[in-house]
Amino acid sequence: MKNRKVGIVSVGMTKFMRRAKETPKELAYYSAKAALDDAGITRKDVDGVIIGSAPDAFDGVHQKHEYLTDGSGGFNLPAMRGYVGGGTGVFSPIQGWYSIASGMHDVVLVTTEEKMSSVLPSAQAAFNTIFDSMLERPLGPNLVWIFALEMKRYMETHGIPKEHIAAVSVKNKGNALDHPSAMLGMKLTIDDVMNSEVLAEPVHLLDISPVADGAVSFVMMSEEKIKEFGISLDDVAWVDGVGWNVDTTMWTNRDLYYPKYVEKAAKQAYNMAGQKDHSPETLRKWLSFAEPYDPFDYKELHHLEGLQLFPKGKAPEAAYEGVTARDGDFPVTPSGGLLGVGNPIAAAAGMKAAEVYLQLTGKAGKRQIPKDVTRGLAQAWGDLMQVGTVLILKGGRVE
Amino acid sequence: MNVRGTKLSHDEFMNQVLSVDHYPEIKYAWATGIAISKFLEGLKEGKIYGVKCDDCNRVVCPPRMFCEECFSPMVEYVELPDTGTVNTFSLAYIRTDASRRKDPEIPAVIDIDGTTISPSGFLHLLDESIPHDQIKVGMKVKAVWKPPEERKGDITDIMYFTKMEEEA
Repeated sequence: MKNRKVGIVSVGMTKFMRRAKETPKELAYYSAKAALDDAGITRKDVDGVIIGSAPDAFDGVHQKHEYLTDGSGGFNLPAMRGYVGGGTGVFSPIQGWYSIASGMHDVVLVTTEEKMSSVLPSAQAAFNTIFDSMLERPLGPNLVWIFALEMKRYMETHGIPKEHIAAVSVKNKGNALDHPSAMLGMKLTIDDVMNSEVLAEPVHLLDISPVADGAVSFVMMSEEKIKEFGISLDDVAWVDGVGWNVDTTMWTNRDLYYPKYVEKAAKQAYNMAGQKDHSPETLRKWLSFAEPYDPFDYKELHHLEGLQLFPKGKAPEAAYEGVTARDGDFPVTPSGGLLGVGNPIAAAAGMKAAEVYLQLTGKAGKRQIPKDVTRGLAQAWGDLMQVGTVLILKGGRVE
Repeated sequence: MNVRGTKLSHDEFMNQVLSVDHYPEIKYAWATGIAISKFLEGLKEGKIYGVKCDDCNRVVCPPRMFCEECFSPMVEYVELPDTGTVNTFSLAYIRTDASRRKDPEIPAVIDIDGTTISPSGFLHLLDESIPHDQIKVGMKVKAVWKPPEERKGDITDIMYFTKMEEEA
């Protein structure tokens, strides 16, 4: 049986904040309601609800999906949470896609939400429970450690100068100045990043994205419903390809210099979209831009290479030379990313998928890429350096 | 786009009706399982165990009960040397509770000698007395163990790994 064609027809989001007054459910309501309003439909039109949220440990509330259900518009509807750590926010619209493509649902409301301010003294306390309980936690690790270890391995393998990586932080925090949800948009220099506090060499404070509270929602529909509601194709971005892949939690048994699982997820998505040539030059022409996951500046580069958009070890130089600027040859993270807009885990990756929709429909405002954009990619990553999720969208009038 | 949300300062959050707090008293004990219990028994005896897959012949560390690739049982435990190579490391100034240290601790992935894939090993710490400019990826290291009577079958039975003297 052939998959049905599925489009995103609207998005909604909250501000991203260090500490929101609203509860998780209230944040979900803001973004879900905004997405419904923007699509010009109501909850009565929805026949399936997808909820994406990262570990319950942040909230201290069990089975968060059940708690979040009514805020996400799922009351008395088939509602289901998907959870793949930091990869969740891109996985949630993938779930929306397969529940419509399969013929199971026609109109799906997808909400990604995270509230990280509930856990005290900081989100670190919850993050540390990610480490192996028997062999790693007794060593007293901090989440920043594994990023530092991966970044070091990546830099060492290719001989990458730190300045080239810092250029990503400068770019993304700068791009975020134009995002209405952003909490950390700022104009920085490479020296500012290089001279910021050293947390775990080579990771400095300004290499990292801020923990946050926030929510992002999407309305997704079958092609038939889009016609039935009379939604203009100018407001639609079609799902062109999806992919995901999970490596082992035994992260000390693989070479961290390269995310093989991201490569596998990306190739799955490219093949589904009919793009069989995976050479970087071809892919950078085929895609107009990308929103790879950037919780740390080096991760954007690491992911661009896993996505096959740059040869191994070559993304940092491209970033440093401005190739990935919003007005560069291949714009990357025009939203401002996790580094600049903020990192409420599942919602952060949801924001990246939403940016692809907004760019393709010409609704990105001051962030709009100054050239024709026809196809974009969002990617997220998570768990113990092991999950890759990839979503490719194309414009409503692109064949 | 209309984006909503109400920001709170830390003081507003902590000192008004805007939060209710709870300190769960909860503790876990994890059964260490078939493979890791063997590994921990080894540590108590001052040995590092790996395990070999009958199908693909890979020798890996830490041991596991089944091969994640072949999905075959892994039953042949192999005693490995207590030496290895630094695969990657960090000078970490941030503690597990996010407070800061003046002198860094040095987490590293140790690629244990005698395994057949690279890397294959575990997270541990390096000797803090090694001058920082001498610590390199690829450096050969050796385990420094607690005295036998202090070992309890825990990853911390190895205190840290230190730099091996280069062969003359």
